Amino acid sequence: MSWVSSNLGVIAASALAHAALSAPTVVLSFVLSVPIGWLAHRYRLTRGTLLAVAGVLYAIPSIPLFVILPIVIGTSARSPLNVVIALTLYGIALMVRSSADAFDAVERDVVDSATAVGFAGMQRFFRVELPLAGPVLLAGLRVVSVSTVSLVTVSGVLGIPSLGLLFTDGFQRGITEEILAGIVATVVLALLFDVLLVLAGRVLMPWARATARRAPRARTREARA
Amino acid sequence: MITARKKGRLAVAAVAVGAMLTLAGCASGDPLSPGDGSTASGSSGGTIVIGSQQYYSNEIIAELYAQTLEANGFTVDRQYQIGQREVYLPELEKGTIDLMPEYTGNLLQYYDKDTTAHGVDGVYSALAKAIPSSLHVLDQAPAQDQDSYNVTKKFSEEHDLHSLADLANVGGTITIAGNAELATRPYGPTGLKSEYGVDATVTPIQDSGGPLTVKALTDGTVQLADIYSADPAIKANDLVTLEDPKGLILPQNVVPLATAKVTAKAADVIDSVSAKLTTEQLIELNSLSVDKKESSSVIAKDWLTKNGFLNAKKK
Amino acid sequence: MNYFVGAIRWVLDPAHYPGPNGIPVRMAEQLWYTALTLVIACAIAIPIGYAIGHTGRGRAVAVSVTGGVRALPTLGVLTLVALWTGIGLQAPIVSFVVLAIPSILAGAYAGFEAVDRNVVDAARAVGMTGWQVLARVEVPLGLPLLIGGIRAAALQVVATATLAAYVGSGGLGGYLFAGLQTRDYEQMLAGALLVVVLALVLEGLFALVQRLVVPRGVVAQRGNVRTRPSRSRPVMGDPIEEGK
Repeated sequence: MSWVSSNLGVIAASALAHAALSAPTVVLSFVLSVPIGWLAHRYRLTRGTLLAVAGVLYAIPSIPLFVILPIVIGTSARSPLNVVIALTLYGIALMVRSSADAFDAVERDVVDSATAVGFAGMQRFFRVELPLAGPVLLAGLRVVSVSTVSLVTVSGVLGIPSLGLLFTDGFQRGITEEILAGIVATVVLALLFDVLLVLAGRVLMPWARATARRAPRARTREARA
Repeated sequence: MITARKKGRLAVAAVAVGAMLTLAGCASGDPLSPGDGSTASGSSGGTIVIGSQQYYSNEIIAELYAQTLEANGFTVDRQYQIGQREVYLPELEKGTIDLMPEYTGNLLQYYDKDTTAHGVDGVYSALAKAIPSSLHVLDQAPAQDQDSYNVTKKFSEEHDLHSLADLANVGGTITIAGNAELATRPYGPTGLKSEYGVDATVTPIQDSGGPLTVKALTDGTVQLADIYSADPAIKANDLVTLEDPKGLILPQNVVPLATAKVTAKAADVIDSVSAKLTTEQLIELNSLSVDKKESSSVIAKDWLTKNGFLNAKKK
Repeated sequence: MNYFVGAIRWVLDPAHYPGPNGIPVRMAEQLWYTALTLVIACAIAIPIGYAIGHTGRGRAVAVSVTGGVRALPTLGVLTLVALWTGIGLQAPIVSFVVLAIPSILAGAYAGFEAVDRNVVDAARAVGMTGWQVLARVEVPLGLPLLIGGIRAAALQVVATATLAAYVGSGGLGGYLFAGLQTRDYEQMLAGALLVVVLALVLEGLFALVQRLVVPRGVVAQRGNVRTRPSRSRPVMGDPIEEGK
């Protein structure tokens, strides 16, 4: 492990650059997917189309996307923006499905009663549907976050600073410690992001835990006893 | 149900806005922190921005330039591991990178695809003419690091192989391990066929002649491997580099490519380093990187100190 | 757009078909890696997922382990294993299996969990043994979600299998890397296009399979999703750990 101890600075700088690429990607994926997911949930017809498009989007290999994006949108080839945009597309591909599912999971009776007491339009969306869809949205976002942190490494193939550079450099030089360090650091970073998301979820949706603990748990145990 | 809805109402704004703000908070904080300057807005003031290819040996050479310049009072900004020429050359032309260790033959072929130049000096003078006017090359170093075709000692003895011309005697199609782009390079299968009458296909491995390429050769998966001539693995694995009597592969001397930002004074400093950099020295530097796993800054510092570059002018 | 047209022209160029670096061979390699990966990943993940789903034990562990596995960067695992094993099938298959397992595992156990407890109780009541419940109730009812998990994994693997070329193991990725290094963006896009075509074909296949394997009773089950969300959770092909 001598490589690790003498290259802590390199690892830290790569991890920071990695985080800087991942965080905006996760946020953008969330913000953009929620309305798309809601459309998919609300209008049956769009659902199939949107989910199919999302599926195909996910199937585009990332390397050509990283390279073609700057040509299409006019950014510089080394701009971190390319990575953020490309990975946001994948994030949306994953997240649209789970946000559609999240809105599906909101009980229709609740939405109907909200309408009955006078909620409508945006108000109903922001004050009833979105909060109730919150837990499932969070679950989906956690998947997006983990896979984003992991996918960022591929940009290392193009020389964009991230923990992925430890793989390409370690691979060329045949240093297994360097690759291992990169893997461990990526997993730790993903974990950190996950913890942050879970904490954010607890702060913003205190009711979710309470109900989650009461309802299904008790029933499960009862049924299986 | 009612309490849940009340709480829901209260937390509505939080969920909608707060979640995004929390996340955006950590997001916008991050881009400021990395100190590697990956998004540096170009060379302002007196700072010389030094880039390197995504190749450990190139990074070591870049670090040689960087530390010598620093020792002579210049300010440098390191932006290493950039990747391909099509990424960094436009940046040199724009002036967001000022100095880059390059290799004469490949760089010449980048700017002049159908060059007929040959020989170390022929390539160098052709290169000086081929590059855009905003750029200039400094002195080339004696050190060469070029594509070279290698076989195992056993294979070489079995088929009495010393030169690429001998490969035709092996018969059949030869498989070559090398980077994917070798398949379309002029010195790849097309050149082998036209110059030496050898049929070959490429098994692509993206480690630039690194450990996997060597392994594919030594375990017999491929018969021929494209490995950079300054790679210590050639000696370490007792490989035989096949001669290239027809000059299929252009000589690749290490050469600094620079913008006007690199003044005559800075150029002198770099030229003095280049003069001392021989192929043997470069192989040694590379070996410190792959065998001793030392970082480029340590390797460069030791070599520069040993050769008297770091203490000479400072004191 | 020019590049795109160029890429299509590249794909249609007959010169790119024969030989070991031709489109058919590279496509077949890509498909073969995907298929082999899915078979191995299924063999590992389905029994574990079923065990978790059937017994209800170990779910918390499985959820956190799959989360961790999902975080493993494929490029890292690939290069690491490749340094040990050299070129060939091992390194790509190991790293792709690692990539595929979380989705399939989650599909397997989520499929079981989505089965209404009352149905299981009813099966017990009519005298089915544990194994019979598993084989005749839980497995068929859980199939749609399991296939969904495999489908998601297939999509991920077929796109990621391009990385095999990074360690000298062929597949369509060779076009991407060669195109990247030589500024032949048409070749690179052509490679990407071929991958997307493969993915679409796989998607179609899985959609068909999913339709075929859904037992008649499950259609009614789907209705339950709306009225009783607390029991049968919606699980996208990509597994969600429910806010835990």
